[in-house]
Amino acid sequence: MKPALIKSLVFIACLFPLIFGIWAGFTDQLGANPIEEITHRTGDWALRLLLITLAVTPLRRMLGWGWLLRVRRMLGLFAFFYACLHLLTYFVLDQFFDWDEILKDIIKRPYITIGFSAFVLLVPLAITSTNAMMRRLGKRWGQLHQLVYVIAVFGILHYLWLVKADYLLPLIHAAILLALLLVRVWYQRQSLPARGVAPQTP
Amino acid sequence: MLIKRSDDITPSEITDEKIYHQRRAFLQAGSRAALAVAAGAVLPGLMLPGDAAAQAAALQFKKNSRFSTDEEVNSLKDITRYNNFYEFGTDKKDPAKYAHTLKTTPWNVRVEGEVEKPADYQLEDLIRESQLEERIYRMRCVEAWSMVIPWVGIPLSTLIKRFKPTSKARYVEFTTLYDPAQMPGQKRSVLNWPYVEGLRMDEAMHPLTLLAVGLYGKVLPKQNGAPIRLVVPWKYGFKNIKSIVKIRFTETMPNTTWHLSGPQEYGFYANVNPEVDHPRWSQSRERRIGEFFKRKTKMFNGYEEQVASLYSGMDLRRNY
Repeated sequence: MKPALIKSLVFIACLFPLIFGIWAGFTDQLGANPIEEITHRTGDWALRLLLITLAVTPLRRMLGWGWLLRVRRMLGLFAFFYACLHLLTYFVLDQFFDWDEILKDIIKRPYITIGFSAFVLLVPLAITSTNAMMRRLGKRWGQLHQLVYVIAVFGILHYLWLVKADYLLPLIHAAILLALLLVRVWYQRQSLPARGVAPQTP
Repeated sequence: MLIKRSDDITPSEITDEKIYHQRRAFLQAGSRAALAVAAGAVLPGLMLPGDAAAQAAALQFKKNSRFSTDEEVNSLKDITRYNNFYEFGTDKKDPAKYAHTLKTTPWNVRVEGEVEKPADYQLEDLIRESQLEERIYRMRCVEAWSMVIPWVGIPLSTLIKRFKPTSKARYVEFTTLYDPAQMPGQKRSVLNWPYVEGLRMDEAMHPLTLLAVGLYGKVLPKQNGAPIRLVVPWKYGFKNIKSIVKIRFTETMPNTTWHLSGPQEYGFYANVNPEVDHPRWSQSRERRIGEFFKRKTKMFNGYEEQVASLYSGMDLRRNY
C-alpha cells in the first residue's frame, strides 16, 4: 500500500469516534445525560489514542512494519485533538465558562489538576510536531517528546482518581501503559551492549 | 398519565376489586398472563427488557400533593435507562440492559432484630393493608446530577408501627438481595455485597421516608429496584437501597456499603448538603437531567423545612 493511502485510512479511522458521536447526538442516542456522555467519550478516545501512539514503536520493532512510523505523528495529534474536545466539553458544556468554578476545580480536585496538567504538557508536543520544528530542535526534540510518558501516566491517574468504585477499566489502561513502558526498557537493555548507545524511542 | 382507572367495575364491587387488582399486580407482575389481566390488554408475545417498564401493571393509588413537588417530572425513559444499580453493572446504562434476570415474584422481606414481631413477610402481605400514595420527589445523586421522580409507595413509618420495634431499636438496617445468578454485577466485588443501607429511627419514621413499589403509576421496573425500595428524598441517592430482602432493627449504627467502600467520601447520614463537598468534587451545584445549565443544590435537597430539625445541634461537616 502507498504511504499516502495508509495515512488517509488512518485519518478516517481516527475521525470515526467523532463521526459516531455526532451521529449519536443527532439521533438522540447519547442517553439522559448527553454532556456526561460526550465528556466520557472524548476523554476515552484521547487516552486510547495516546496509548495507540505509544504502541507504534514496539509494534514496528516486533512486526517490522516500517509504515507505522509514518502515522505515529497523526495518531499523536488525534490524541491531542480528542483531548482538546474533552477539555472544551468541560469548559463549555459542563461548566459553561464559569471560570471561578473551573479554577477552583483545577486547584482543589486532584483528578482535574492532573488531567489539566496532562493537557498543558500535550500542547508543546503538538506545537513542535511539524517537520520544521523537528529540524530546528534537533536532539532536543527527542528529549522534549519524552514528555509523552509523563502525559500518559497523568492521563491514567486522571482516569483512576475520578472513578467511584469500579477500577477495572482504568486498571486495564494502566496495565497496557505499563506493558508499553516495560517493552521499551527491555529493548533498551538489549540494544545497550550491542550498540553502546540508548536509542531515542519516544 | 398511564394510570389504570377502574371504571369498568360495577359500584358494588369497587372495594374488593381494588384490593384484588392491587394484589394481583404484585403477585404476578412478572408473568405475562397476569400483566394481561391487570392491564386489561393482551401483550405481544415478545417483550424486550427495555420496554418492560412501559408495559408494567398499573397500580391503584392516591396522589399526595402535600409531599409532592410541582417541578417538571423526568421522563420514564430517563428514569429507567439512566441510573446506578451496581448489582447489574457499574455503567448507568447497565441496569436497564441486565435487570431482566431479577425474579421479583415471589418476594419475601425478613423483619428481624429489635422488634416485637420478627417474621418473614410476603411482599403482598406487607403492602396489602396500606393505601398506596404517589409522591413526586427530587432525587439528588452524589455524582451531582438530579431528577424529579413520581414514586408510588407507602410511608416507611406505617410499616414500622406495624412491626413494633422495641425500645432498644435506634437504627433500621436494610439489605438488598444477594444472588449473583440474578444480579450479575455481584460476580465482581466492586462493592461489599450484599448492599446495606441504614437510617436512624427518627429518619425512618419521618413522613417523607417512603418505601416505593411503583413508578409512574405502575409496578416498579426491575432496574429501579423492584419490587420494593427505599426513597429518602433529602439524602443522596445511594441511601435509597433497592430490592430490599431484609429490614433489621438495631441498637448500633449499621455499617453501610458506600461508607465501607470510602469512609472519607460517603458518610452514614449522606444528607444532601451544598456546603460539604465530596472530597473529589463539588456538591454546590447539580445538573438536573434534561437541563443544560447546572442549578444550585439546595440544603437537604430542598426539604430543609421538613427535616432540618432532625439534625439540630449536629455538626453536619463531621456527620456527612
